[in-house]
Amino acid sequence: MKYALYPGCAAKGATPELYQSTMAIIGRLGIEVTELTASSCCGAGVVAEADPEGALALNARTFAQAERLGLDVMTICGTCQGVMSTANRQLKADPALLQRVNRLLETERLVYHGNVQVKHLLWVVVREVGLAKLKDEVQVTLGDLKIAPFYGCYILRPSWDLGFDDPENPNSLEKLIRAVGAEPVDYGGKIKCCGFPIILEKEDIALAMNGANLKEAKEGGADAMVTPCPLCHMSLDIYQERAARKVETNLNLPVLHLPQMLGLAMGVSAKELGVEHHLVPVDSILKVVGERRKESGRS
Amino acid sequence: MRLAFTIRRYHPELDAAPHEETYRLDVTRGMTVLDALIRIKNEEDGRLTFRYSCRSAICGSCAMTINGAEKLACRTSVRKEWERHGGITIEPLRHLPVLKDLAVDMCSFWGKVRAIEPWVQADHLTPTGPLSLPAGSAQFHNVDACIMCGACVAACTVHEVDQGFLGPAALAKAYRFVADPREDSAARTARLAALQGPTGMWDCTRCNFCVEVCPKDVKPMEAIIRLRRAAIQAGMTDTGGARHVVGFRDLIARFGRLNEALMPLKVVGPSLRRLLHVLPLGLRMLLKGKVPNPLHPPIEGVRHVRALLERTRR
Ligand code: SF4
Ligand code: SF4
Ligand code: SF4
Ligand code: SF4
Ligand code: FES
Repeated sequence: MKYALYPGCAAKGATPELYQSTMAIIGRLGIEVTELTASSCCGAGVVAEADPEGALALNARTFAQAERLGLDVMTICGTCQGVMSTANRQLKADPALLQRVNRLLETERLVYHGNVQVKHLLWVVVREVGLAKLKDEVQVTLGDLKIAPFYGCYILRPSWDLGFDDPENPNSLEKLIRAVGAEPVDYGGKIKCCGFPIILEKEDIALAMNGANLKEAKEGGADAMVTPCPLCHMSLDIYQERAARKVETNLNLPVLHLPQMLGLAMGVSAKELGVEHHLVPVDSILKVVGERRKESGRS
Repeated sequence: MRLAFTIRRYHPELDAAPHEETYRLDVTRGMTVLDALIRIKNEEDGRLTFRYSCRSAICGSCAMTINGAEKLACRTSVRKEWERHGGITIEPLRHLPVLKDLAVDMCSFWGKVRAIEPWVQADHLTPTGPLSLPAGSAQFHNVDACIMCGACVAACTVHEVDQGFLGPAALAKAYRFVADPREDSAARTARLAALQGPTGMWDCTRCNFCVEVCPKDVKPMEAIIRLRRAAIQAGMTDTGGARHVVGFRDLIARFGRLNEALMPLKVVGPSLRRLLHVLPLGLRMLLKGKVPNPLHPPIEGVRHVRALLERTRR
């Protein structure tokens, strides 16, 4: 199972722990990668607001790089996944558009023929690695922990571009939460928006959205939250204190990136998973993991 | 097959709070949720209240929350819902005042559509634009297909926390007039300017809920994005939202990747107050190793990225 890894900006910037934890687990799950080191930003849907064709060209450039390697693309960011799924569908459906965009790639001698698929790590683990293989790698079951899945918008909607989970009733994160021995928290906010795209300019609105989802998860009994999107992570972790103030409650809810949750269960050290980068401490989770590890060492 | 339907009931004059009621019904082939509601009203409880008229996804009156998502009852198959969710729960549209049972007060919805002045604004005596539409422009990216059902507004995650937000349907409608070649350019500019402030075009988070639930494929969020693009092209760049878009593109052209150390500064713009607001979080991020080096080297091949963005810019 080999992929061209598209890291995206966040994993190379404000959420270095996502990149670190991804690299710490994929080998053991049998996922081999070649990183697309010359890939650009996917545009995050923001570049397209000013310049839709420019945004498409950025993504066609990335797809062409993967196609040249003969590999499909694996993303580790829900937003990248959404943006790239939509771009790929548009490019594949419209030969004239593809031709126009390819002309923009000529100076770099790149061309995209439309033969690449783009898949998020979450999907690769659920569908290709498989839950059986994942369970084989689990060394510390996270039993007793209740973990709230937070999908984020772009990995679910528009569903016809993504084609993986049911947008009304997704269950891929729940499957992985169960596979590591924890219990998923069911709450309405898991498919809603964290407000990240407007958090810098409309903080009040974004914090109200973010706070409501965190609060609902917490009230559902969550000990931690897990997300496949580093931008969601920024909202949920970096802005959690401000969100708590906004919705007038105490949150202190550790937020894990998907590969961090898998890594903890696979026995990878907290250091390797980069949890020290989080603003909301993960100590309470590490404590449970430590206790479980001691127990399993004894038996 | 006999199935259970759980319906949120509320009679404001009699009930202290809404409650759920369950009805069992023999469902027939091809039955829609609206068919089921009509049967329940006729056979079980004549007081059950809901709106409908056309029964064929045209009038837009039967939008409601079915299994947690906004749908037209007349277009939603009972069997498919059952297969998808293992049950059928019916509730009124969210975040709109409930009048009775499944009927909500749509006044705020209509008020917002009215607020964007949904008519072509031109001097009809001496029009500067064409009198009829050039061929192919009639649909305005499908916004005219809107049946005003309100599903998108009920699903909108910003509307959930701020009911003042103009919302997807009205903003999409506004785009329809901005795109209309018959509108005077001064009126067009005024229309765009009026939507720059709070509750306007820059409040949308692009969560895609409106796109997902719209029964007519209007894609309101895409219309909002087109509105934003029109505003930026008209030189309206002095909002946090516009600074975000323009600054983001500039950073990609410079580095190939987003520089998260510089992005907040782009959005903050020339304001000490806003800078002081983002600074404390920035410092905490710095201490946690979350602020990338603002001088990090650009990606390989960045000059090609820059060149292509330069070419598509116009
Ligand atoms: S979505 Fe965000 S993190 Fe992913 S590539 Fe785009 S800008 Fe970077
Ligand atoms: S939840 Fe927030 S960051 Fe995540 S995808 Fe949605 S808008 Fe983006
Ligand atoms: S995309 Fe924007 S308008 Fe549409 S539902 Fe989300 S926030 Fe509301
Ligand atoms: S845009 Fe779609 S969902 Fe919204 S009111 Fe119109 S038809 Fe209904
Ligand atoms: S009854 Fe008219 S749209 Fe459903």
